[in-house]
Amino acid sequence: MNRIEARFASLQAQQKTALIPYITAGDPHPDMTVALMHHLVAQGADLLELGVPFSDPLADGPTIQKAVERALAHRVTLRNVLAMVTKFRERDDQTPVILMGYLNPIEAMGEAEFAKSAVAAGLDGVLTVDMPPEESVGYHQTLAEQGLACVFLVSPTTPSTRLGAIAEQGKGFVYYVSLKGVTGVGQADAGDVASHVAALKQHVDLPVGIGFGVRDAQAAYKMAQHGEAVIIGSVLVNIIEQYQQAGLDEVLAALTPKMAEFRQAIDAADKGESL
Amino acid sequence: MSNSNIQTIDFSQYPDKHGHFGPFGGIFAPETLMAPLEALRDQYEMVKDDPAFKAELLKDYQDYIGRPTPLYHAKRWSDHLGGAQIFLKREDLNHTGAHKINNTIGQALLAKRLGKTRIIAETGAGQHGVASATVAARLGLECVVYMGADDVVRQAPNVARMKMLGATVVPVESGTRTLKDALNEAMRDWVTNVDNTFYIIGTVAGPHPYPMMVRDFQAIIGQEARQQMLDQEGALPDVVMACVGGGSNAMGLFHAFLPDESVRIIGVEAGGDGLDTQRHAAPLCKGTPGVLHGNRTYLMQDEAGQIMGTHSISAGLDYPGVGPELAWLKDIGRAEFVAATDDEAMAGWRDVTQMEGIISALETSHALAYVMKLAPTMAKTQRIIINLSGRGDKDMNTIAKIEGFEF
Repeated sequence: MNRIEARFASLQAQQKTALIPYITAGDPHPDMTVALMHHLVAQGADLLELGVPFSDPLADGPTIQKAVERALAHRVTLRNVLAMVTKFRERDDQTPVILMGYLNPIEAMGEAEFAKSAVAAGLDGVLTVDMPPEESVGYHQTLAEQGLACVFLVSPTTPSTRLGAIAEQGKGFVYYVSLKGVTGVGQADAGDVASHVAALKQHVDLPVGIGFGVRDAQAAYKMAQHGEAVIIGSVLVNIIEQYQQAGLDEVLAALTPKMAEFRQAIDAADKGESL
Repeated sequence: MSNSNIQTIDFSQYPDKHGHFGPFGGIFAPETLMAPLEALRDQYEMVKDDPAFKAELLKDYQDYIGRPTPLYHAKRWSDHLGGAQIFLKREDLNHTGAHKINNTIGQALLAKRLGKTRIIAETGAGQHGVASATVAARLGLECVVYMGADDVVRQAPNVARMKMLGATVVPVESGTRTLKDALNEAMRDWVTNVDNTFYIIGTVAGPHPYPMMVRDFQAIIGQEARQQMLDQEGALPDVVMACVGGGSNAMGLFHAFLPDESVRIIGVEAGGDGLDTQRHAAPLCKGTPGVLHGNRTYLMQDEAGQIMGTHSISAGLDYPGVGPELAWLKDIGRAEFVAATDDEAMAGWRDVTQMEGIISALETSHALAYVMKLAPTMAKTQRIIINLSGRGDKDMNTIAKIEGFEF
């Protein structure tokens, strides 16, 4: 059982919903990423999602675009990101880490070499935004053979006819995009999400993580009632942007209350308490 | 691949049903767009051979765009260069001044059939933006055009035209502030407003079915030119040639000639400051395969797979990728690709302006530049068709500066 499956199994036994924070690797500075990862875990993250900087992030809104530009200003490459995962694993062998990014940097490195290096680094899964199941059979086999989970997006526009292929190739969990749009823009509609996630679960026997439109504790509270995980990204990246000139301690301190807010909201939902 | 293999290829069977041209093309899109792309493909497959759709398109080609465009024998320039006879396919005479409207007319008819009320487009030189704003005005659709902030400045006349036509022009400040970033931003808009919005991509790139669909709408160029050449000269051309940015005017001219083995096909990319510098936009000459904007193709990228900034004097060629069908034609050896520098393009522009009285767009001028090299090496009995893809009105600011005119 890989770390993602183990983590979801243990959370399920405790009837807890996972909190998955996203940060862009190398933002605001490559030297800070590993410390940020440890800090997010200390503040209640159950899994970590690490964005791989790409020059043309066409599924991302302005917040993450700017984070990517900050990381690319330091010339952060996919190999650098894997080195960060290696370093993270020196002190944390339990928390699952998945990469979120675009196909081209992975192709440039070579799919097979990437898969081997990623597993050696201690990575658990990969979400490739622009790699739908139709194009990806060989790619996902390469990743799966090394033991990496392929995490797929499912969106409000995904028809049930496409869910078969996602169920077949997807591993770890499914990422439900809670709104039509890019990351960090707009607000998820809880009613919509409820019906879509229910339909999704009829086809896909994996935990469902809900993200893209989870802007505040209120939204996280609602989403925790429908999925096995709540994913937050732009709300954290915004804080990192505000503190981009500050030292590491200040960035970490600024993230602490925000993480606590989301953790409490999700825990409240799990216990059936009001927010 | 050798020529004997090319003989056995049925070019009309490409792409396959998932949009692949050999290893290129495909659908590399975020999940939210997969269903709309499938719907678009199905709708297009349904109407493309429908006699009513074809009749409507043909009528618009004739009465609105002004097709067929002439194939003009540029005798004085041919004599001056002293070699092959040069024929210009006059796409600059289309309504709105370039080939771009052949495609926007077709896609707008599709948008109407799909019940969409809002059109978005990306644009580099502004020709596709103008052509999109034009069809939107005519059909009463809302139109938003994304344009790199740098291009907004260098193609100011086209920005004014789009606004007059009622379109909203959004300057894109992210990334390199040129065409590729405009495409990213248009994709983001489409993901967000997918229910009511039709994305008119202006070139033969993007996820399937765009490269096929745009090619089909532009293929009228080559179909006409081939017949015109047979009518005027009783023979096929020896060479067909076009400039290549994304590749829509090139595929438009080339497609009808793909099965004609005797016809050499040459695409001319933007050489910028020169192919030995970092400042050019020639992915077919100098790039490597990768995935960008929904398809696999040749790209200008660094070792880490980051897309590189490009440079060209012409905004319309200033793009780090290229249509997947052109990438495939390169790999199978059916087409050759060369580059012309900014300076060479200006020389081509000057020649045709002053010797034939035709002021071409700076994009087009790259093809003219290569003719200046190629024609003198050919016999006077041989023939070259160049796609004169657009007129130069939009480039007056840039050209006046270079040529030292007060404007």
